[in-house]
Amino acid sequence: MDRTNLVEELRRIVGPRGVVDDPHALMTYDADGCVMDTGIPQVVVLPTSTAQVSGVVRLAARYGLPVVPRGAGTGLTGGATAMFGGIVISTARMDKVLEVDTRNGRVLCQPGVINFDLSQQLKPYGYQFAPDPSSQKACTVGGNIANNSGGPHCLKYGITASHVYGVELVLGDGTVLWSGDGSPAGPGYDLTGVIVGSEGTIGLVTAVWLKITRLPEAVRVVLALFPDIAGASTAVSQVIASGLLPSALEMMDRLVIKAVNDMYKLGLPDSAGAALLIEVDGVEDGLDDLLNDVTAMCWRNGAIDVRPARTLAEQNQVWAARKNAFGAMGRLSPTYYLVDTVVPRTRLPYTMEQVGRISREYDLPIANVFHAGDGNLHPIILFDRRAKGQNQRALEAATSVMHVSIEQGGVISGEHGIGVEKQEYMTLLFSTDDLAAMAGLHQSFDPQDVFNPGKIFPKGRGCGELAALRKAGVAWATLK
Amino acid sequence: MSIPLILFHAKDRPSSDIINTCVHCGLCLPSCPTYRETGLEMSSPRGRIYLMKAVDDGKIGLESAVFQEQMSQCLNCRACEAVCPSGVQYGIIMEASRAQIEQARAANATFSPQPSALSPQPSALPARPLLQRVLRNAIFGVLFTDMRLFRAFSSSMALYQRSGVQWLARKSGVIKLLGMADIESLLPPLNGPATVPQGQIYPPEGDRRYSVALLTGCIMSTAFGHVHAATIRVLQKNGCEVLLPPDQGCCGALHTHGGDLDGGRELARRNIAAFEGLGLDAIIVNAAGCGSTMKEYDHLLHDDPEWRGRAEAFVRKVKDVHEFLAGIELNRAGLGRLDLCVTYQEPCHLVHAQRISVQPRTLLNAIPGLELREMPESSLCCGSAGVYNITQPEMAMSLAVRKLNNALSTRAQVIATANPGCAVQLVGELRRRGEDVQVRYIVELLDQSYSAGKD
Repeated sequence: MDRTNLVEELRRIVGPRGVVDDPHALMTYDADGCVMDTGIPQVVVLPTSTAQVSGVVRLAARYGLPVVPRGAGTGLTGGATAMFGGIVISTARMDKVLEVDTRNGRVLCQPGVINFDLSQQLKPYGYQFAPDPSSQKACTVGGNIANNSGGPHCLKYGITASHVYGVELVLGDGTVLWSGDGSPAGPGYDLTGVIVGSEGTIGLVTAVWLKITRLPEAVRVVLALFPDIAGASTAVSQVIASGLLPSALEMMDRLVIKAVNDMYKLGLPDSAGAALLIEVDGVEDGLDDLLNDVTAMCWRNGAIDVRPARTLAEQNQVWAARKNAFGAMGRLSPTYYLVDTVVPRTRLPYTMEQVGRISREYDLPIANVFHAGDGNLHPIILFDRRAKGQNQRALEAATSVMHVSIEQGGVISGEHGIGVEKQEYMTLLFSTDDLAAMAGLHQSFDPQDVFNPGKIFPKGRGCGELAALRKAGVAWATLK
Repeated sequence: MSIPLILFHAKDRPSSDIINTCVHCGLCLPSCPTYRETGLEMSSPRGRIYLMKAVDDGKIGLESAVFQEQMSQCLNCRACEAVCPSGVQYGIIMEASRAQIEQARAANATFSPQPSALSPQPSALPARPLLQRVLRNAIFGVLFTDMRLFRAFSSSMALYQRSGVQWLARKSGVIKLLGMADIESLLPPLNGPATVPQGQIYPPEGDRRYSVALLTGCIMSTAFGHVHAATIRVLQKNGCEVLLPPDQGCCGALHTHGGDLDGGRELARRNIAAFEGLGLDAIIVNAAGCGSTMKEYDHLLHDDPEWRGRAEAFVRKVKDVHEFLAGIELNRAGLGRLDLCVTYQEPCHLVHAQRISVQPRTLLNAIPGLELREMPESSLCCGSAGVYNITQPEMAMSLAVRKLNNALSTRAQVIATANPGCAVQLVGELRRRGEDVQVRYIVELLDQSYSAGKD
C-alpha cells in the first residue's frame, strides 16, 4: 500500500491541516484513558463535516484500512485505540451545537461537542443535557453515545440511551443514514438503540438529536455519614425499594474520603467510614419532604450525621470531590485498576461485603466510589505496578469482583464499555448464542469489519470460533 | 546503522516521577488553549507529557521536530495544572524540557566561524546561527540583568516605535531573520515615566498596618510605570508603608519559561538578596507572571544549598497584590463611585499558576457602582504568554481573536486584567479592530475609585 498516496488523498478530502502523519505526532494517539492497551494508527484525520467523514471512510475501504473513531480519548477500556493501526477519525473539530429546539425538548449537535460544554450552552435556555459522567468536562457526546455513558444524575434522568432521539451515521462503505427522525418515538426497528453503546464498531455518528432536560427549580445536597459501608448500602437499597427518587445517590468509602477530604475541604470526621452524597431536585414545593424521607432512612440505618451543603459553592465543592475521586487516587497509590460492574440494588449490601472479602483475600486495598442508586459499582483496586506479583493479583481481584457481580445478577460494565480491556470477560456474561446474535447484528451493518475492529468481542482462547464467525460475517440467521 | 538519539542531559532533567504521575485521563484537554484551537492530541498537555515521556524512555530524541515544535507551541499557561486531578506539576517539566533543548543547542555553539558539520558534538542540536546567538546573549544575558541598561534601551525603543522603524523592521522580516522576533514582541507601547527603584519609602495613609515592598520588574517599570504608581497609592490607602528596594531587578520569568534556568537562577538570587532582611510583612507583585515566577524561586534554587533556605523564606513573603488586598481588611470607606461596566480577563499566571481567581473579583465588586460582567472562557489564555506573540504568531492571533470575541460579547466598557502581557495583547487586538474599549489593571480601577472617594 502506498502511504504517500493515502495521505495525499486524505488531504484533498479534509484539507492539509486535517491530517496527522508524522510518526512522532502519531505516537500521542497510541492510547486513550486506558494505557494498558496501545496501538499506533497509520494516520489521524480531523474532519469537520459529515461529507468529509464519508469521504475518508470510503477511502479507508478502498485501501482496506480499519477506521477507529476517537472523541476526547478519555475512555477507560481502550475503545478509541487503533489496535490494528489504520485511520483514526478524531471528532475534535466536529464540535458545533447546530440547533437548540427547546419547544421540542431537543438539541442537534455534532459528535465532538464536550458533554459539559453542551450543558453550558443550554443553560441560558433553562435546559441541560442530563447524562453527566465524571469525565464530563472533557468527554464528548460522541463518546457518550458509543459507550452509553451514565453519570450520577442518570438515577433519575436515565442513561445516554434514554437521551438519543436519532443519529446520523456513516457506514463502512461511506453511506450516510439517519437512524430516526429526531422525534422521541417512531415505527420500525429501533436502529438508534443498536447504535448507542456499540462502541464505534457499527459506524461513525456525525450528528445527533439529543433529548434536553429542564433545569430543576431547586436542588438540595446533603452528605449522610455512616460508620461503615454496610449501613450506607442498606440505606440505599431501602430508598430505592420505597420508590423515592433522589436525583443522585453517590457512595464514597473510607479510603475515598481519605483521598478527597483535605483536597476539597470537606472536613469529614475520622469516624466516617462511608459518606452518601444525596441530591434531590425538582420543584421547590415538597422537595424538603422528599429529602427528609430519604435522610430518615439513613438515620434508621445507623447514620452518624447528615450534613447539608447550604450554598451553591458548598454543593459544587461536594460534587467536585465526588467527580474527581478517581484522579485523586494518585494520592493513595501509584497505580490502580478501576472496575465498573452493576448489581441489582437489593444485592448492594451483600456485594459490598464481598468486595471487602476480596480485598482481604488478595491483600490489596480497594477503594469504593460509585453510583449507589444505580447499583453501578466502581471498586478501585490499589496496587503498585513495580511490586512483584501485584499486577497479577490486581487483575485476579478484578476478575473476582466481576464473578461476584454476575452471580448476584449483575453485569460487567455499567458505563465504561467493553473495549479491549473487558472483551475476554464477555463470555462470563453471555452465552455463545448471545454473542453470535450480536456478531450477526454487527455483520449486517459492517460486513467488511471496517469500524473499530478487535473490540467488544472476545478473542482469547475458546473464543476463536466466535472471532472467526465475526470475521467471516456469518449472519445469526444462518447459524440458527 | 541508526543515528543515536539526543536524550535528556542530567542537568535540569525533566523529572521522570512527575512525568509518570500523569495517568493519561485526558481531563486537561479542554482547559488547554492550543488543544481547543487545533483539536490535536500532541498539542494537548497529555500529548506533550507523552512526548516528554517518549524522550525520557529513549523512544525519540530532542532532535524530533514534533517534540521541539510542541515544547515551543505550549503557552505554559498552566491551565492544565489547575484542573489535573493527579496534581501533575506540568509547568516544571515544561520548563525543564525547554532547558534541555536550549542546552543541546548551546552544546554545539562553539564560536568558530564554521561549526563542523562532519563532527558535531554528541548530544547536541544545531546551534542558532552566530549572529542570533550574539544578539540573544546581549538581550537576555545583559539587558534583562541590568535594569539601568534596560530602561535606557526602553526609552530608545520608544523612539523606535514612534518613528515607524518598528513597522518597517516587522514588515521587512529583518527581525525574524535575526531570530529576534520573540524579544521584539515583548516591547509594549511605551507611555509615561519609568518607575526606578532607589530605596524610596512611601508612608501609609493613617496608621501603619503593614510594611511591604514592591517588585518593580523590567517591563512593568518602564511601560507600566503608571500602574506601579496606582499600586503604591492603593497600598498607602490601606495602611501600608511601601518600599522600593534599590538592588532588585527582573524576576527572571522570561528566562525560566524559555528554558534558560541558569539565567533565571541568577536573577532570583539577586532579588532574594535585595528583599531579605528588611523586616517586611509582604513582597507585593502586581504582574501575574512575575508573581508566579517569584513564588517558585524555592523550586528553582532547590539544589543550591546556600540559597535554598533563603529562597524558601523569600517565597513565604511573596504576595500578589490582589491576594494581599483581599486578605486584609480592605479600606472600603475610601472607595468612591465608578459607574463602569467591567469584564475581567484572568491572567493565566494568576488564575492557574497561583490559583487566584476569587480575590480579583472581590476587589472589583468592592467598587461602588462598578458592574462586573463575566465573559465566557475568562480563564482561557489570551495568547500573549510572554515571548509567544511572534514565535507562534498564528496561534497567538487566533487566541487573541477568541479572547476579544468573548470579552466584547459582554458589551463592557472596560476589560480589567493584571498582567503586562495580557494588557499588550488586548490593546493590540482592540486597536486592530478599532474598538473603543479600555484595558485597565484592577489596581488602576481601585486607585481611580479611591480618588473619586476623596470628593
